[in-house]
Amino acid sequence: MKKISFILNSEKRNVYVEPNDLLLDVLREKLGIKSPKYGCGRGDCGLCTILLNGKSVRTCLILAIEADGQEILTVEGLSKDKLTPLQESFINHNSFQCGFCAPGMIMTATELLEKNQNPAEEEVKEAISGNLCRCTGYTPIIEAILDVNKK
Amino acid sequence: MEEFKFIGKPVDRLDEREKVTGAAKYVDDIEFGPNLLYAEIVESPYAHALIKSIDASEAEKAPGVIKVVMGKDFPYKFGLYMKDRYIFAQDRVRFVGEQVAAVIARDPKTALKAAKLVKVEYEPVPSVFDPIEALKEDAPVIHPELGNYPHVPWFFPKGGTNVAHHTKVRKGNVEKGFKEADFVFEDTYRIPRYAHCCMETHIAVGFLDYSGRLTVWASSASPHTQRNLFADVLAPLGFSHKDIRVIAPYVGGDFGGKAGVTMEIIAVALATAVKGHPVKIMWRRDQEFYNTYMRQQVISKIKVGVKNDGTITAFEITNYWDAGPYVEYGANVVNASGLSATGPYRIPNVKIDSYCIYTNLPAAGPYRGFGYSEMLFSVESHMTRIANAIGIDQVEFRRRNAIREGDSLAYGAPMNPNGLLEAIDKVVKEIDWGKKEISNDPDKAIGKGFAIFWKAPAMPPNVSSTAFIKFSEDGSLNIIVSGMEIGQGYLTAMAQIAAEILTVPPEKIRVELPDTDRNPYNWQTVASQSTWGNGNAVKRAALQIRDRIFEVVHEVYHYDKDTLYLEDEKVKCKLHPSFELPLKDFVIGGIQTEDGTYRGGAIVGSGSFMPEFTSAVQDPETGQGGHPNVHYTVGAAAVKIEIDKQTGKVRILKAVEALDAGKAINPMNIKHQIYGGLLQGFATALYEDMRFDENGKILNPNFTDYKIPTSLDIPDEVVPIIVEVPQPDGPFGARGIGEHPMIPAAPLIANAVEDALGIRIKSMPITAEKIAMAILNGKKEVDDFLMIMKK
Repeated sequence: MKKISFILNSEKRNVYVEPNDLLLDVLREKLGIKSPKYGCGRGDCGLCTILLNGKSVRTCLILAIEADGQEILTVEGLSKDKLTPLQESFINHNSFQCGFCAPGMIMTATELLEKNQNPAEEEVKEAISGNLCRCTGYTPIIEAILDVNKK
Repeated sequence: MEEFKFIGKPVDRLDEREKVTGAAKYVDDIEFGPNLLYAEIVESPYAHALIKSIDASEAEKAPGVIKVVMGKDFPYKFGLYMKDRYIFAQDRVRFVGEQVAAVIARDPKTALKAAKLVKVEYEPVPSVFDPIEALKEDAPVIHPELGNYPHVPWFFPKGGTNVAHHTKVRKGNVEKGFKEADFVFEDTYRIPRYAHCCMETHIAVGFLDYSGRLTVWASSASPHTQRNLFADVLAPLGFSHKDIRVIAPYVGGDFGGKAGVTMEIIAVALATAVKGHPVKIMWRRDQEFYNTYMRQQVISKIKVGVKNDGTITAFEITNYWDAGPYVEYGANVVNASGLSATGPYRIPNVKIDSYCIYTNLPAAGPYRGFGYSEMLFSVESHMTRIANAIGIDQVEFRRRNAIREGDSLAYGAPMNPNGLLEAIDKVVKEIDWGKKEISNDPDKAIGKGFAIFWKAPAMPPNVSSTAFIKFSEDGSLNIIVSGMEIGQGYLTAMAQIAAEILTVPPEKIRVELPDTDRNPYNWQTVASQSTWGNGNAVKRAALQIRDRIFEVVHEVYHYDKDTLYLEDEKVKCKLHPSFELPLKDFVIGGIQTEDGTYRGGAIVGSGSFMPEFTSAVQDPETGQGGHPNVHYTVGAAAVKIEIDKQTGKVRILKAVEALDAGKAINPMNIKHQIYGGLLQGFATALYEDMRFDENGKILNPNFTDYKIPTSLDIPDEVVPIIVEVPQPDGPFGARGIGEHPMIPAAPLIANAVEDALGIRIKSMPITAEKIAMAILNGKKEVDDFLMIMKK
């Protein structure tokens, strides 16, 4: 067991981990952060996406110790006070159905909008193409992202 | 036309905020405390083998392992329609990946390691993967005891063979019908297996407390049906319904895969083995592919006779369904789609044979469309080819033969009111049917495809739905039902129905997810019948509340009940315009009378609904005499595609789909079902491509090799169209639409490919490779089918 620490959703957290513990498992099982989901365990589906120092990563593909000393943001962190305009747009568009892909999708789209406030439709599709959704046919998700900075 | 305030409006989803904030809890998000145990499955490496011995002694010695359980510990059969499945394999395994034993340990890593220490000795026996091979006299018999299995009375298994069920429909005289025809067209189509690919894999947690109470948390569309099955299976251990509680929080996708009971039964068994400990079992992605249900493979032989003027005189179809080794639910897919195998056509002479066949591929069962997505590939491909062959426009051909209200269905009952012709007309207009488009790029070909479709809910004839409604002090409502929010917008639809009657806006309504202890009965959230059945129950509960409200107001104010009405959360009176009594003032604490006493008290309502016109009593030789389906939802659809002639890649330029919802409770949710369902269907048509090795082991149980659509794969444009021909017995005229958007997708693509290139592809999927090879080899018909790889 090794003690690591990082900033998780603006809070400093310390946690003991095994060298081979995945960040996904540590967030979910040891730190109570449940929004990143297991979907494939090999980086195919994007359900476990979080932002590590502002960049999207698949928590099923990195070890918890790699996050030592860094900054992690999940949907819980976005939702603390008032929701982000992106989250509000998803609500307005009723974008999600079963909702299981939502946390990962939101983090990927958050990263996109940080880099590019007014992405073109093709850029949105490209950005979220690693986040699988089986319910929505993506259209209501794409529309919500395109709509964030239009208003 | 009646004016509605909440029905027919794009009311926002009740669950969206929870899902967008990460607050929505799925089973694996619930904390079960430090006493939680984890299970790992010991799986069969063989498609068909006898189990000679199991030695778990080493696994049991591993530190952290609590217990190893196996078939001998649970010699109980289960199944929804036919009891042909065991919790763990007994003396025989029947597919690669079947559960043989389970290791229960303190943590998942220990369980995984210890599972590899369980030694199982097998004696492989011959296996069969092709449903037609499985019918041969010398085929290995997968269930030697089939003749003794309990099943519902409308199934007809043939002991000593691999035929688990055979649905026969005979109407008119098919031989005479073919004689009357000017042309007879006959061909064979092949539809492979597919996987649901819910984003959330199956998971269940079982917990038997020291008092003997069993609680199961499951990702489930069927909490009450699961409880019923668990109670049945565990009866020998002394459990009854009251001892068992199933809690179903949010579900991360279903598509039919979380209907009935699959792996949840393992969690139940394990819980009984480690009393006092919750025990969790969660499928990894590969297990999700091979040990829940897959969609069934079908070989469809179809023969249709038509007159010169395009009138269909006879229709004969034999569908061979590869249902895998356990058909307890899948057999009803075969049955239901057998009854409706004509598609939405008016045909006087019909012969349908639908065979449910045991094979040694993984168990197969319900998948969005419940057989119709599968079989309509052959029907709607064939109808287009017939129309083209006799020189009648395929849409005109469909219009001429389209089933209408009152027409007799293949099994004799009358067709319900429907907007099929209206749907056809609207799609024709939107896709600009008849206008041939040519690409400016010589390497590209453009084609259009058309298809019509239908589907009825498939369920026992006496399926019940119930609802409770209660008020809070501020006049807000809780609706307590047991339908499942599987993403389709169920919670919102139920709120809209209650809102319309009680004038309480949906934002003041909570609809609770199922818990079999607290929520009233609902069969399952399957079959696209929840808006209809549960909607009727909620409507009745709301009407009961409204009656009670009027009764109490009448008792205190003496206004005639017939003069009272609700508006904006207030009781008003037609004869006394100045009277208005807000609901919140009395729905909990009653109304105070002049002497200071109160009348009324907290108001609650309940509603129950069961169709009383359905029956599965029919002649097994002809299918005639029953009324197995409550109604059909119909629709029409078209696509315009562009094919790259060098690579064979298909791009969908435009997709149009019209559905007859009866009454759209929430048109936004219907549009969203169309976006999602069509894409799911297009993926099965174009690139989802399941492969097995020659020993029946799936080769691509992951999203790298089994491609489901990404955001880059969506059509350039999708136009959803809602048609509304009311269903007389539906809530506000509504009928279900959840599964339907997917159903026409595959024949649409096949028909459009032929329109673009003159190449008819008769086997799914219609991959870029298949198209490109056909162009290269100058083939006009393709029936290449490669699901089982050869050595």
